[in-house]
Amino acid sequence: MKLETTYLGIPLKNPLVPSASPLSTDVDSVKKLEDAGASAIVMYSLFEEQINSENQALDHFLNTSAESYAEALSYFPEPQEYHNLHAEDYLEQIRSLKNAVEIPVIASLNGVSKGGWMSYAKKMEDAGADALELNIYYIAADPTLTSETVEQMYLDDLTTVKESVSIPVSVKLGASFSSFGNMALRLEKAGADGLVLFNRFYQPDIDLDTLEVQPSLELSSSFEKRLPLRWIAMLRPHLTCSIAATTGIHSAKDVIKMILAGADVAMMASVLLYNGPGVLKTILKDMTAWMEEKEYESLEEMKGAMSSASVADPGAFERANYIKILQGFRTENFR
Amino acid sequence: MGEWSDEWTMAGKKNIWGVVPEVVELQSEGGAAGTMHGALQTGALTTTFTASQGLLLMMPNLYKIAGELTPAVVHVAARTIATHALSIFGDHSDVMAMRMTGMALLSSNSVQEAMDMAMIAHAATLESRIPFIHFFDGFRTSHEVQKIHQLSTDDMRQMIDDELIISHRKRALTPDKPVLRGTAQNPDVFFQARESGNTFYEACPAIVQKTMDKFAKITGRAYKLFEYHGPEDAERIIILMGSGAETAHETVDKLNEKGEKVGIIKIRLFRPFSMRDLVEAIPDTVQGIAILDRTKEPGSAGEPLYSDILTALQENRTEKWKSFIHDFKLINGRYGLSSKEFTPPMISRIFDELKADKPKNHFTIGINDDVTHKSLDYTSNGWTGDKEVFEGLFYGLGADGTVSANKNSIKIIGDNTDFNAQGYFVYDSKKSGATTVSHLRFGPNPIRSAYLIDKARFIACHQFQFLTRFDMLRHARVGATFLLNAPYSPEEVWNHIPRDVQQQIIDKKLKFYSIDAYKVARENGMGTRINTVMQTCFFAISEILPKEQAILMIKDAIKKAYGSKGEKILQSNYAAVDNSVENLFEIIVPAEASSTLKMRPAVPEEAPEYLQNVIAEIISGNGDSLPVSAFQPDGTFPTGTTQWEKRGIALDIPVLEPDICIQCGKCMMVCPHAVIRMKAYDGSLLEAAPETFKFMDAKGREWPDNTKISIQVSPEDCTGCELCVEVCPAKDRKEVGRKALNMASIDPLLEQEKVNWDFFLTIPEYDRSQLKYESVKGSQFLQPLFEFSGACAGCGETPYIKVITQLFGDRMVIANATGCSSIYGGNLPATPYTTNEHGLGPAWSNSLFEDNAEFGLGFRLTIDQHEEQARGLLKKMNGQIGNGLTEAILSADQSTEPGIFEQRERVHELKQLLEKSDTNDAKMLHSLADYLVRKSVWIFGGDGWAYDIGYGGLDHVLASGRDVNILVMDTEVYSNTGGQCSKATPLGAIAKFAAAGKRTGKKDLGLMSITGGHAYVARIAMGASDTQTMKAILEAERYPGPSIIIAYSHCIAHGYDMKYGLQQQQKAVDSGYWPLFRFDPRKTAKGENPFQLDSKAPKIAFKDYAYNEMRYLMLAKSNPKIAKELMIQAQKGVDEQWRIYEHMTTVYEPEKVQGQPENGEDNQ
Repeated sequence: MKLETTYLGIPLKNPLVPSASPLSTDVDSVKKLEDAGASAIVMYSLFEEQINSENQALDHFLNTSAESYAEALSYFPEPQEYHNLHAEDYLEQIRSLKNAVEIPVIASLNGVSKGGWMSYAKKMEDAGADALELNIYYIAADPTLTSETVEQMYLDDLTTVKESVSIPVSVKLGASFSSFGNMALRLEKAGADGLVLFNRFYQPDIDLDTLEVQPSLELSSSFEKRLPLRWIAMLRPHLTCSIAATTGIHSAKDVIKMILAGADVAMMASVLLYNGPGVLKTILKDMTAWMEEKEYESLEEMKGAMSSASVADPGAFERANYIKILQGFRTENFR
Repeated sequence: MGEWSDEWTMAGKKNIWGVVPEVVELQSEGGAAGTMHGALQTGALTTTFTASQGLLLMMPNLYKIAGELTPAVVHVAARTIATHALSIFGDHSDVMAMRMTGMALLSSNSVQEAMDMAMIAHAATLESRIPFIHFFDGFRTSHEVQKIHQLSTDDMRQMIDDELIISHRKRALTPDKPVLRGTAQNPDVFFQARESGNTFYEACPAIVQKTMDKFAKITGRAYKLFEYHGPEDAERIIILMGSGAETAHETVDKLNEKGEKVGIIKIRLFRPFSMRDLVEAIPDTVQGIAILDRTKEPGSAGEPLYSDILTALQENRTEKWKSFIHDFKLINGRYGLSSKEFTPPMISRIFDELKADKPKNHFTIGINDDVTHKSLDYTSNGWTGDKEVFEGLFYGLGADGTVSANKNSIKIIGDNTDFNAQGYFVYDSKKSGATTVSHLRFGPNPIRSAYLIDKARFIACHQFQFLTRFDMLRHARVGATFLLNAPYSPEEVWNHIPRDVQQQIIDKKLKFYSIDAYKVARENGMGTRINTVMQTCFFAISEILPKEQAILMIKDAIKKAYGSKGEKILQSNYAAVDNSVENLFEIIVPAEASSTLKMRPAVPEEAPEYLQNVIAEIISGNGDSLPVSAFQPDGTFPTGTTQWEKRGIALDIPVLEPDICIQCGKCMMVCPHAVIRMKAYDGSLLEAAPETFKFMDAKGREWPDNTKISIQVSPEDCTGCELCVEVCPAKDRKEVGRKALNMASIDPLLEQEKVNWDFFLTIPEYDRSQLKYESVKGSQFLQPLFEFSGACAGCGETPYIKVITQLFGDRMVIANATGCSSIYGGNLPATPYTTNEHGLGPAWSNSLFEDNAEFGLGFRLTIDQHEEQARGLLKKMNGQIGNGLTEAILSADQSTEPGIFEQRERVHELKQLLEKSDTNDAKMLHSLADYLVRKSVWIFGGDGWAYDIGYGGLDHVLASGRDVNILVMDTEVYSNTGGQCSKATPLGAIAKFAAAGKRTGKKDLGLMSITGGHAYVARIAMGASDTQTMKAILEAERYPGPSIIIAYSHCIAHGYDMKYGLQQQQKAVDSGYWPLFRFDPRKTAKGENPFQLDSKAPKIAFKDYAYNEMRYLMLAKSNPKIAKELMIQAQKGVDEQWRIYEHMTTVYEPEKVQGQPENGEDNQ
C-alpha cells in the first residue's frame, strides 16, 4: 500500500504527524513516535510570552532594587551574556531531535504581536527545523478591535516570518473568522505553504473549591474532528497549499475521513497522550486494512475524494446539512 | 572590588601572566586573612579587599604577614569603625588602627589614584617585601564615578618585575626545600629577631618613590610620598591625606588666586613614615601648619598624623634635614568622620585660624561642638567654586532608576566629550521608598571637589511628592534650570506645587520644565522605570551637548546596556527617548506665588520635643546642623520613633471589606511593617468614631457581648507591598475577585484613613491576659512593638520579628547581629522598636556582626544573675515583706500571659513596699525586682551571621544550655551588603561570589543544632504554615534552655515580586526543599518523640519552586548547561534531605517498653 504523501513540499512516508504537544519535549518519546510510524513531528510551541517576558523579568529584577541603598548597590552578579532560557532550550531541542530522528522536524512558533520574538523563526531554521508552523493563538478579547484589524495581523505575522526564512511555513489557526474561507485564501496568497486546521483554544475553567479561574487542559475527543472535517472538505478545491487536519483525530477512521475530505496529513496529540506512541501502529494497520477493503492503491487516490468538489451533494458540508439534521430530528425522539 | 574580581574570574578574564586568578570567599575577614596568609606563605601572589570591622578582623594575621616580610596588598575602602554607633561611611579610623601591624599604608586621594596607587603598591611590595594596605576614602572615593585614565595591561606588565616574583616563590613553604616559619620564641631571642626586619622598613620609602617614578615614566602621572602643592613661599599649609587632600588642593588654588600664600602637603605613604621626606616637603617659609586627621583617637596626645609629624619636626631639630625661616605654629584638627562633608569653606577657615596668634589646637571642623567647644565656626556663604563647571542635582527614588541613568549620563559625557565628569550618589538608609540624590559635575578642568554640591545650575526632581518633603531649591543658583516630573499637564502643574517652591522659582529666576515621566514610561512599555525619560529631558535642556547628538548617544548607550537583554526592551527604551522630548514643556512662571500648599513637616506637631528637635532635623536632611549637645555621649536613643516619621510612600493601600472579612488575623501576621492592625473593643467606643471608620461584630464565642472588631491601616506607614492582600483567604461570594482586602489608590483615601488611624490608636489595647494569644488570630490582637521599619516593601524577615514582639515584646531584650535587621532595627533617623501603654517594650542593641550569639548570652547571664540576687534578697527580707507575697513571687508560674501579668502585679506591690524602707537590702532589691518577672532574651540575625561569621559563637551558645532564643532569618545570602553567597545559599542559585551558581548544598543548620540534643530547634516558614510558626515561637520561648528557630525569609535578593513571597514559601515547603520541623528535647523526658516533622512529603519538583526566582533562573540564562546539571543535583539533594528527615522521625521514636523489667534486676 502506498501511504506516501507530501506536506509543505516535503515528501512523507505516511500522513500521520504528531502535532505540537509535550511529547516532543523528550527525545526518547519522539524516537518512539518515529518507530511507531510517525512521518514527521511538530514540536511543542515556543511562545512569544516566554521570549519577551523572560527578558523583561530579568531586567526588572536586576534593576528594581539596585542603586537604592549605599551598602548594596545591586543584589545579583551581572552575567556577561544572557540566554533566553525557553528559547535557547527550544533551539537546543530542535538540534537534539534532528540528531536523533530521521523524520522531518517542524518547529512551532506561537505568538501574536509584531516584535522581536519573530526573529526566532530564523533561529529555528538555523537550528535545523525542516519547516515552521506559525501558531497564531489569538483571542480577540478587545471588543473595539475590528475583524479587519485582526485578519491583517495574521497576514502581517505570516509575511514577516516568511520574509525571514526559506523553509516552508504553515499557519495554524482557529476557525473563528466571519469568513474563514476567504481568510484561508488570503493566507495562501500571503505565502502560507500550508494551513493547519484547526487550533484548539484551551478554555479556562472555574475551580469550585477555591473560586479561582483555572487554566485546565482537556484533551480532545473524536467528535471535535467534525469542524476541521467540514472546512477541509469545503476548502480543498480552492487551495493549492498543503492542508493538515488537526483536532479530534483519534483513530484510523478519523484519519481516513480527513484524507477523504482533502487533508494531506492528519495531526494528532490527545490520542498519543492517552494511549502512547504505539497507537500509531494500530492506526496505520487499520487504515491499510480499510484501504485494502475499499480497494484504494494509494493515499493520493483517497485525498480529497470526498471534498466538496468531489461529492455528489456539496451542500452536505454547508447550511443544507444543518437543515437536514434538524428535519431528521423528530419530537418522537423524545420520550 | 571582590565582587568584580569574582565576576571577572567567572568570565574567564586573564591576568598579565595569562592566568585566571582564583577568587574564594571565606566565612569572615578573619578567615580571608588566614587564607591569604597561607597562600602567601606557599608562594602565591595574593590580595584581598575589606574595610572597617572587616579590617579589624584581619588584624592578627596582618601582624604575622608583615612580621614574616611577605609581599601582599590589602585594598581598603577606609571606613568608620563602630563605636557609640555603627556607620558604614568613610574615614580613616580603620586604617589608623592598623598602624602597629607593620603593614605599609599607602593612601589614594582620588578615583584616578585608587587605580594608580594600587599598581604602585603591588609593584613596591614585591621589591620591599613589606606588605601594603592600599586605602582610599570609603564612599567618597570608592563610590565616586570619575573619568579616569585606565592602566593598560601593557602598563601593568612593565611595572611588575618577574624576578621579584621568582624570589617570592623561592621563599615559599615547600617540601621540596623545607624550612620552618612561625616558631615560638622565648625572651632570650624574640626581641633581637623582631629587630632584624628594620632594614626592610628603612628601605621601603625609597622603593615606593622609585616605583612612583617608574610609574610616572610609563603613564605620565607623577606622585610623591609627600606631595607639596602651593607656592614655594607659602605662609600657611595644611597636611592631610585621602580625598580631603583633593578638596584642599582645589581650595588653595582658589585662595592663592585671591593673593593668599597657602599650600598643602598630600600624604601618600603614611607607613613606613619617612620623616625626612615629610620635613623636606614643607616650604621653609612656613609660619603655620594645620595637620588634619580623619579619625579620632580618644584620650591621645593628638591624632596619629599629628603625632607623627610632631615627631618628625622634633627630630629635624637634631638631624637638620631642613631649616625653616620661622618658628611656626602647629595645630591639629579632626574632620570628616563618617563621611562628614569637608568643603572649601572649611579649609579656608582652617587657613584663617592659622593666622591667629594662638590658633585653636585639637579643633574639629564641620560640626558644631557646643559642649567642649572644640569646633571652628565657619560659613559657606560667599564661596564660589569653578565657574566653568556644570553642577547638577537629581532627586529620585531608589526604584526609579535615577542613579543608573545619571551614571549613564556621566559615561555619555565622559566618553564623547573632552569634559571631565564626576558623579557621587547619596542614598538614605531606608530599604523601602529610599530616596537618592545624585551629584553630577561636568567641566573642562580636572574635578577635585570631593564634597557634595551646594549650589547647582540644574536641579531635577524625579518624584513629585518630594516637593513637599525636601527643600531642594535651596540648592539652586540664580538662573538655574529646574526639571520636575509631575503627573500634571503643563497648564496644571504650577498650581500643584507648594508655595515655598513657587516663591523660590520666582525669586531665583529659575527656568522651569515639567514632564509627566510616568505617563511616558508607561506608554512605552517601561512600567515605572522613568530613568530613560528623565535622562533624555536632562540632555534636552541642560545644553551640555547639542540635543540631537545627545539623543543619538543616549540611544547608543541604551543599546550597549540592553542589547543583550532582548529587542523588546531596546525598542521600549528607544521609544521612550523619542517621546520624552515631545512631552517636555517649559512652564511659563507667573510673577507671583499663588499656591496654598505647604511643605510637609518632618514629624507631626504633636510629636515629643526630642523628636521635633533632633529626629525631625535628621529626617529633613538637616542632620549636619545638629550640635554635639543633641546627642547622648554613650549612643543611647529613645525607642518608638518611627511612629512619628510618616513617610507616605505607598501609591496603593489595602482597603478592608468588613462584610467579607472573617477576622482570621493573617493579614496582620504577615504585614512586614505592622501597618495593618486589629483591635477588639466594646461597641460603645464607636460613638466617637469618624464617619468612615470601619468595624465588624466580633466573630467567635470567646468575646463578650457587643464586642466589635476593627482592622485599620496606617496609610502613611504602608509601603504598598500587597502581602496582606495576597494572604487574605476571604472572598466575596458574589464577586469572587473581591477579597476582604483589596488594594486601592491612596489618593482619595489618605485624609480619611489618617483620621481613622488616629481614632484607631485611641481604642485601648485588649487585655492581654484575656486573649487566646497562642493562635494566629489571637496573637494578632496583641500590640506589635516593632512597627514602621525601613525594611524593604514585602520584607520576609520583619513579620517574624513583629510577631515575636507581639508575644514577648513587653519583657524582651534583643541582641541583633549586624545586617539588614540591625539596619531596619536601629538605623537613624527613626527606629521601629517601641513600647506599650505601660512604657514596656523591647530593649535592643547591636554589638557586631560576628559576636551576636555571645552578646545575647551576656544578656542572659546578667538577667539570671540579677534574678538570682533578687530572689536571694527576697528570701532574706521575707520577714519584712510578709503577707505571702514573697512565697507567691518565688513560686510563680510565669509560663502564660496571665501568669506573667499576675507576677508583674506582685512585683509592683513589692516595689511599693520596698520604697517605704530605706535599708540597703530594700534599695538593692528595688533595683533588681523587675528581674523577678521573666525576661525573654532574643538573638536576632541573618544567615551570614548564623551560618558563617558567627557560627562558632552560635554553636557555643547552643551548647551553653542557657535560656536564649535565637531567630535566624534565613534569606540565604548576605542581604544587607547586596546578596553575597553564604553557607545558607542553596545549590544551583547564583549569588555574588557564586556568579556561576553555587556548587555545594546549603548547610543544614537545623540538623546540626539538633545533634547536640539539648537545644530546641525549629525550622519554620510563615507562608507555608503560620500555625506551625506560632507553635515554634511559643515553644522556643518557653523552653528553659537554648532555642534556635530558622525562619525562611523571602528577600529581594531572590529576584521576584515580594508580594508572592508567601506563595514561594509554600512552594519551598511543598517541594521538600524547606521541610518544617520542631525538635523539643522536653519531649524525650516525657517518653515522646522530640522530633516532629511538620510538613508533608514533596509534591512538586524543586524546579517548580526554584524557577520562579531570578536567582535560579539567571544561571539558566547565563549558563544553561550548568544550570541544568545543578538543577538535577539540587533535586537529588532535596530528595535525599527528605529521606533523612523522614528517617529522623523514626530515629527519635522512643523505644517501646518491652514488658516489665525482671524482678529486682533493674533496682541495682
